[in-house]
Amino acid sequence: MSTSTHQTKYSTQLQTDPLVTTYYVRDLEFWYGDFNALTNISLDVMPSAITAFIGPSGCGKSTFLRCMNRMNDLIPDTKVGGKMLLKGADIYSSGVDPVDLRRRVGMIFQQPNPFPQSIYDNVAYGPRLQGVKKKSDLDDIVEDSLKRANLWKEVSGILDKNGLAISGGQQQRLCIARVLAVQPEVLLMDEPCSAIDPTSVQKIEDLMAEIKDEVTIIIVTHNMQQAARVSDYTSFFLQEVAGEPAVLVESGKTSDIFTAPIDKRTEDYITGRFG
Amino acid sequence: MSQNLNPQNEDRKTGMQVLRELQKEHKESDSGLGKAHVSNRIAMGVLWGATGITIGLLAVILIYVSYHGVGVVLQNFPEFIVGWPQGVNAEGGIAPTIVATLYSTGLAMAIATPIAVLAAVYLAEYAKQGRIVKTIRFAADSLASVPSIVMGLFGLAFFVETMNIPLSMLAASLGLSLLMLPIIMRATEEAIRAVPRYIRWGSYGMGATKWQTVSRVVLPTATPRIITGLILALARAIGETAVVFYTMGIAINMPIIPTDSGRSMSVHLYLMAVEGINLPSAYGTAFLLLLIILILNLSARWISKRYSRIDNS
Amino acid sequence: MSNEELNQNPQNPLDSTVDSAVDPARDANATESMPEAGKESLRTDANPEKKTLTRTPGVTMKELADTAAQREPVPVVRPATKLQLVSRRTQIKEASLASLFFICAFLAVLGVSLIFAFVAWRAFPIVHEIGLWNFLTGTKWSVAEGVFGAVPFIMGSLVVVGGSLIMGVPLAVLTAVFMSEVASPRANAIIRPAVELLAGVPSVVVGFFGVVVVVPLVSQLVGGAGFGPLTAWIVLSIMIMPTITTLSEDALNSIPMGIREASYAMGATKWQTIWKVVIPAARVGIIDATILGMGRAIGETMAVLMVVGNAPQLFAGISAPISTMTSQIVLEMGYSSGTHRTALFGLAAILFLISMSLVLTVRLLSREQHKKRKKVKKGAEA
Repeated sequence: MSTSTHQTKYSTQLQTDPLVTTYYVRDLEFWYGDFNALTNISLDVMPSAITAFIGPSGCGKSTFLRCMNRMNDLIPDTKVGGKMLLKGADIYSSGVDPVDLRRRVGMIFQQPNPFPQSIYDNVAYGPRLQGVKKKSDLDDIVEDSLKRANLWKEVSGILDKNGLAISGGQQQRLCIARVLAVQPEVLLMDEPCSAIDPTSVQKIEDLMAEIKDEVTIIIVTHNMQQAARVSDYTSFFLQEVAGEPAVLVESGKTSDIFTAPIDKRTEDYITGRFG
Repeated sequence: MSQNLNPQNEDRKTGMQVLRELQKEHKESDSGLGKAHVSNRIAMGVLWGATGITIGLLAVILIYVSYHGVGVVLQNFPEFIVGWPQGVNAEGGIAPTIVATLYSTGLAMAIATPIAVLAAVYLAEYAKQGRIVKTIRFAADSLASVPSIVMGLFGLAFFVETMNIPLSMLAASLGLSLLMLPIIMRATEEAIRAVPRYIRWGSYGMGATKWQTVSRVVLPTATPRIITGLILALARAIGETAVVFYTMGIAINMPIIPTDSGRSMSVHLYLMAVEGINLPSAYGTAFLLLLIILILNLSARWISKRYSRIDNS
Repeated sequence: MSNEELNQNPQNPLDSTVDSAVDPARDANATESMPEAGKESLRTDANPEKKTLTRTPGVTMKELADTAAQREPVPVVRPATKLQLVSRRTQIKEASLASLFFICAFLAVLGVSLIFAFVAWRAFPIVHEIGLWNFLTGTKWSVAEGVFGAVPFIMGSLVVVGGSLIMGVPLAVLTAVFMSEVASPRANAIIRPAVELLAGVPSVVVGFFGVVVVVPLVSQLVGGAGFGPLTAWIVLSIMIMPTITTLSEDALNSIPMGIREASYAMGATKWQTIWKVVIPAARVGIIDATILGMGRAIGETMAVLMVVGNAPQLFAGISAPISTMTSQIVLEMGYSSGTHRTALFGLAAILFLISMSLVLTVRLLSREQHKKRKKVKKGAEA
């Protein structure tokens, strides 16, 4: 299959006005050196909703996610082509400061990665970066963020304990609290639940539902049940041939994708035939 | 990017309002981000500068010494290397000091290598992780940190005065081997630990004994890294001055048997530099010492590179 | 410890399983069969992957056979060919090799003890010839008058080391940060060999460089002959920098990539990430590196000797010659005798004790760190 002729199937029409979307992605390409990892990705991410990216391992969904806050800038020798607008503004235009962008687009990683500092300092990290110095302000922000991350009850008495001294699931929620403390507009989650215990998974899914009105959430997940449970929209990525770029096969409302997929490959994946 | 892309978020629940206002405030002034970028740029400049100074220092030492030394060696080639020092100012060549240096370090390596390698085998393969291993490791660390002059003094007091070995190649190499021991031990232990477990299992699985496994599988696999460690220890010993100062003597003499005394290149350089009577000879000696160290370093690098290439393929 | 005991020891069930998996013959032949060191190395390597071995942990072939025997009252039929143990000769050979290796390893302990014992023995007469207190607090050192106070040298060493740390540590740590956080692999391919080579430059060559380049420079800059603390600081910071750089870089590289990404993803700049996350996380490693650099500095002999001026007097400004413990020993050992020599050994003993205590400090620090990590891990599991 030639990549340039690839046609993504959409169960909902692509928007024409970038301002009604959170992310407005058109014909996005991505290269690691000479390797074309992603091609021809066009996608809308709607505000105040949870979008799930699904697909087998190595299908480029994490790469795509890392394009959304320009984390890939940190990897030398990478290139991006096409258009990616965040609320109408091109995040790859020359005037955009990736540091500022990342303050507005938070990210949660697969492995919980709290800093080896106290729980309080972890959450206060972002606000401090942005120049918040007053102790009472920081206290408010820390408490509020931990509450929103469903972690306050568990750690309110041990805020000065090392962030690594709590369980993996709690660590992940700590990371979420840490990101929420900078009040991002978008939250990118890269398989946030793949390395933690089921109770915490439940708590994280709950908090996602609670905060999605304020924060647009994009989650990469291997777990189809999770995608079906938590997301409003789903996009299916696939790299059919090793060495060829990955493509977006199908995108649309989660209910549509899981009940009436348009593409045969989506159906195969969802029903468990590959991946 | 425009300031306010998120109008619907304007009035939201109570808790985050504090942050919101603070954020807005600072976004308007843009001081936070601007400052962060400025400090980032300054810091990167400082980092570049520091590294530049480090590299610059090395370059200055190398270039300065080579610039003055290479002429001395080449103008008097090959007398400088094969000739004998003449007269009160020690003009002419430095052959005996080169021989004394190679003699004593070679002998030291012959003494230290088997002991250090076997000791490392014990630590890495045989020892129980417990008090004894902790003690041995602590002793090795301490030995590595003993100031070289203390080592020299010990060499004088123990090997020369107590065991009645004359000031000689032998006494110097015993002192040097104490210096090399911890270096080789550590390098070997790390090399052995870097040998993957499954390689050992393969051997044990065929009914090999411990020693058979170690001697035929583990050590050969670890050899390139061990050699790298040996070379670096050798480089360290060749440049060493304080240890040989009071164990080898300082008289210029061509050593033949291990109990002959002599003067090492490093001691010769020290004496020439301090007495200031024959600076060219000092430059020449310093250049040769640097050259030897450089060659040893490069060959260690080459071996470990070659090894890692094999490892990766 | 016999094989059987080991197997019943609930603390290391893994070892016994591995042993039996490796060589069933040994367990079948029960006790003493195997040089116990064999288990040790396997234990050293033991990691959780071994849990995947299908056999129940803690149960060996022998125990299985025993249980089977109990259940089955019928006498076990002996196999026609008994599983043969390796020959006694092989066993003896293995055991004697193991003890040979142990002796080699123990030579390190012996070496350090001998050094300490000899230096202490030679220094001991201080107690009645000079008086320990007089030696440690005396500010005058005069061979002609037979007065031996160590203070000028202790102070000289401290001044020289302190200054070189102030100059060398920032430079070294910044270089390490640059290498681990900023430099491209291509840049590191130049910087790293350069630092290693700098570490390999003999101290006498650096000292020589100090004499011919730094001394005239300092002399022009601050006046005087150019021999003194300032020159020593410069020369010594060159000496200790590679040690501190290499060790700090190791410490920085061991910090997981994830926490850097987390910081960047929150909109931190590179420097904010380095300063607020990476360096604090690598703090203990950097402190260790500094302490070891300090040990290097205090024991450094030739480079210091050649530029410090070697006047046994108290610190009197950055260009006034002083002397250190190491340089004084080299200078005077050659012609010393009697009490003079004892006093020099006294200086060596002080040096030895200082360097030992630095090693000990590093050890305690890393143990502390280790404990903390363990605690943290435990907490995480709970």
